[in-house]
Amino acid sequence: MPECKSGPELRQLPDMVLDGDEPVFNEPWEAQAFAMTVSLYEKGQFTWDEWASALTAEIHSGEIRDYYRHWLIALEKLVTAKNLTSAGALNQREQDWHDAAARTPHGEPIEL
Amino acid sequence: MSEHHNDTHGHAHGHSHDHGDNSHLDEMDARVRALESLLVEKGYVESAAIDEIIQTYETKIGPRNGAHVVAKAWTEPEFAQRLKDDATAAIHSLGYTSRQGEHMEAVFNSDDTHHLVVCTLCSCYPWSVLGLPPTWYKSPPFRSKAVIDPRGVLADFGIKLPDNVAVEVHDSTAETRYLVIPQRPAGTGGLNADQLADLVNRNSMIGTAFADNPA
Repeated sequence: MPECKSGPELRQLPDMVLDGDEPVFNEPWEAQAFAMTVSLYEKGQFTWDEWASALTAEIHSGEIRDYYRHWLIALEKLVTAKNLTSAGALNQREQDWHDAAARTPHGEPIEL
Repeated sequence: MSEHHNDTHGHAHGHSHDHGDNSHLDEMDARVRALESLLVEKGYVESAAIDEIIQTYETKIGPRNGAHVVAKAWTEPEFAQRLKDDATAAIHSLGYTSRQGEHMEAVFNSDDTHHLVVCTLCSCYPWSVLGLPPTWYKSPPFRSKAVIDPRGVLADFGIKLPDNVAVEVHDSTAETRYLVIPQRPAGTGGLNADQLADLVNRNSMIGTAFADNPA
């Protein structure tokens, strides 16, 4: 595939900051997903190799997503594969949080 | 739990986004809350531990650790040799230990070789010395182009190497992470290690920049 000889110019891609310091997380949920992964690993719920494989599979799934979306989806799949929780419980709880938000006045902490 | 309606201006009901002044969670925000609340209930994680990890990575672990390693290698030949022989141990000796326990390799730029680090698989990165990876490092274009056209990548970053300088690309894995030791800039003979560390920018330790020149 000779047309791939030289990829796109990285600098022309949107949201690509090539120099200087940038925030490591763009949104709080990214930090939560990251830290949960490190914490579960440290507690021995999975090995770092298992995590790297899960993340690699997600990144190479063909889905175009932001990096930390891949990350959270990989984590959901790994913890359900490890039976720490189930996909059904996750879906129900996600809806519970949406419902909680909908009944919480703006600016107040959202609680289940 | 109070269920009173703030909706006093007569909007139609029935759609969640019609809740006027009430809150709304984005999909990923709700998903991460769902996962965390379930795992906390079951005792697999603790919220305080998660907050501590975030704080550590945001404030304590970052490229300054790597800059310290590089400046020490520039000023102490004996430490540079230990880095070459066993980077994992040399870096640990400075107190920078990895939570993931991966093996570290230090690769030294020279007059005839420039090193560039990528992770084509996912985003393996030397966290203990560089903190969390920048967005571009995790992007598909960088991950593919670094292997196919490393000089093109360097050009994207504004680096032009003489033709006689070879570019070596190192593909990180879950087991092995690379730290590039950039060349010490000219005219820095009078600087101490702290001053030198200030010249070591993050990208120079991934291979997409040179160390800064002294002001």
